[in-house]
Amino acid sequence: MSGMRSITLGHYLPGNSILHRLDPRAKLMGLLILIAALFLIKTFSGFFYFGLFFVLTFVSSRLPWRYFMRGLKPVLYIVFFTLILHFLFTKGGQVFWRFGPLTIEENGVFLGSFMTLRLILLVITTLLVTLTTSPIAFADGIEFLLRPLRVFRVPGHEIAMMMTIALRFIPTLMEESDKIRKAQMARGADFESGNIFRRARNLVPLLVPLFVSAFRRADDLAVAMESRCYRGGDNRTKMRQQQVTCLDYLGVFTTCGIAAAIVLTGV
Amino acid sequence: MSNSIIETVQLCYEYTLGGEKTLRALDNVSLQITEGEYVCLIGPNGSGKSTLARHLNALLLPAAGDVYVDGLLTGEEKHRWEIRRRVGLVFQNPDNQIVATTVEEDVAFGLENMGIDPPVIRRRVKEALELVGMSTLAQHAPHLLSGGQKQRVAIAGIIAMRPRCLVLDEPTAMLDPRGRREVLATISMLNRQEKVTVVHITHFMEETLEADRIIVMDRGKIACSGTPAEIFSGELDLESLGMDMPAIPALARALREGGLPVPPNTLDVDQLVDYLC
Repeated sequence: MSGMRSITLGHYLPGNSILHRLDPRAKLMGLLILIAALFLIKTFSGFFYFGLFFVLTFVSSRLPWRYFMRGLKPVLYIVFFTLILHFLFTKGGQVFWRFGPLTIEENGVFLGSFMTLRLILLVITTLLVTLTTSPIAFADGIEFLLRPLRVFRVPGHEIAMMMTIALRFIPTLMEESDKIRKAQMARGADFESGNIFRRARNLVPLLVPLFVSAFRRADDLAVAMESRCYRGGDNRTKMRQQQVTCLDYLGVFTTCGIAAAIVLTGV
Repeated sequence: MSNSIIETVQLCYEYTLGGEKTLRALDNVSLQITEGEYVCLIGPNGSGKSTLARHLNALLLPAAGDVYVDGLLTGEEKHRWEIRRRVGLVFQNPDNQIVATTVEEDVAFGLENMGIDPPVIRRRVKEALELVGMSTLAQHAPHLLSGGQKQRVAIAGIIAMRPRCLVLDEPTAMLDPRGRREVLATISMLNRQEKVTVVHITHFMEETLEADRIIVMDRGKIACSGTPAEIFSGELDLESLGMDMPAIPALARALREGGLPVPPNTLDVDQLVDYLC
């Protein structure tokens, strides 16, 4: 827990590759296009071309692959689970293996590997974007992309503001939780022994004060924001103007083209 | 009226405590603050200082009476944002008033809310940070700053909006002595050099000695007001209001009681030394 301060959200790795320098809005749009393409692809060869494109982008981003793999780890359980479920419960076609009531059949293997591949590609593509975009730029990008959805009352500005405030207060609250933990330990609280349920219950004396203080902070912050003329996203300007360059247009169009090509070969 | 930047007229405010019970936080407070003045507001806990501060930029609206800022009535909705621009509030907890993830972004926050053009924002942010001496840390994350630095960032965020009046609600209460000195120096520089009107609420009596005027509050009323020399001359019984005298005036008073006629306007060490030697 002492290493908590070193945790950064999204594990952004600063760098200077093309992917790093792209405007977050362009990157998010590219990502959306690629995700759409992933769901349109119907064959393994489509995935192969997609994978090829991913590898090229990954290499150009100069991200260390070990670091990249670490970000992938938590998702692997879900991926593995999907694979097992499909293998066991999707029926049809030739039976490969039989053990009592359990069978593994052709369709299950096909669909299982297909879904797994899609999921993995989805995660690594997203990871590529989050690892090369600073969280703040990300929030700005999301605000921009959600702007057209204002017609449907999607609060784009508010979502971005929430992300910014969360980013701002995560270190503060971590520091605070550390402080509370020590204070409770000094009063005899035990956070380290017992089984998982016991430990979870022992966290109550940590969580209650943390929540109380977080609410108090939220209240203070709201008053401070209001007193600095904050009144939502209307008529608001931004100091940091993101400059859309040729590179950004080029990036979005190339991604569009490649995605279209992949989809066409892979349908 | 012409040169008073803030005026309250028989201002009353009550907090509801749930049910029928109410607590009268402000009781017929009438005061005027002149342009360019440095006013300190002191008083025990619960005397209504913070409630008063929040009336000065329309965060709270009077239950009875009026508050005027630059001649604008705070009760009128259409004036609200203009009033908040003209009167900036700095709060006690430096952590809970910083919104953005870098220093310069936070200073820009108020200006962004006002819808100012980006190049102008950038220039004003730079100026404000230079003024409080934080330009070198413009790109820093706020949680890595010291308390005094955070509070100076908060002040810069207000100053960038070019307010006429700066209201500080116990800005030094959570700081260490060094941070307190930094913040005080910033406040008095803004008052002297930039001619910003300052209303400074504090618990530390030593901080009030530089003020043009001290207003003492007690149980929602103005107990008395006057220059530091008048307030600390020893005639007023601050102890009964739960406050201490600053060290030097207290010493001067003790000397007077011991038979040495120290003049009542002795406020700092130099003056005392001048008299004694």
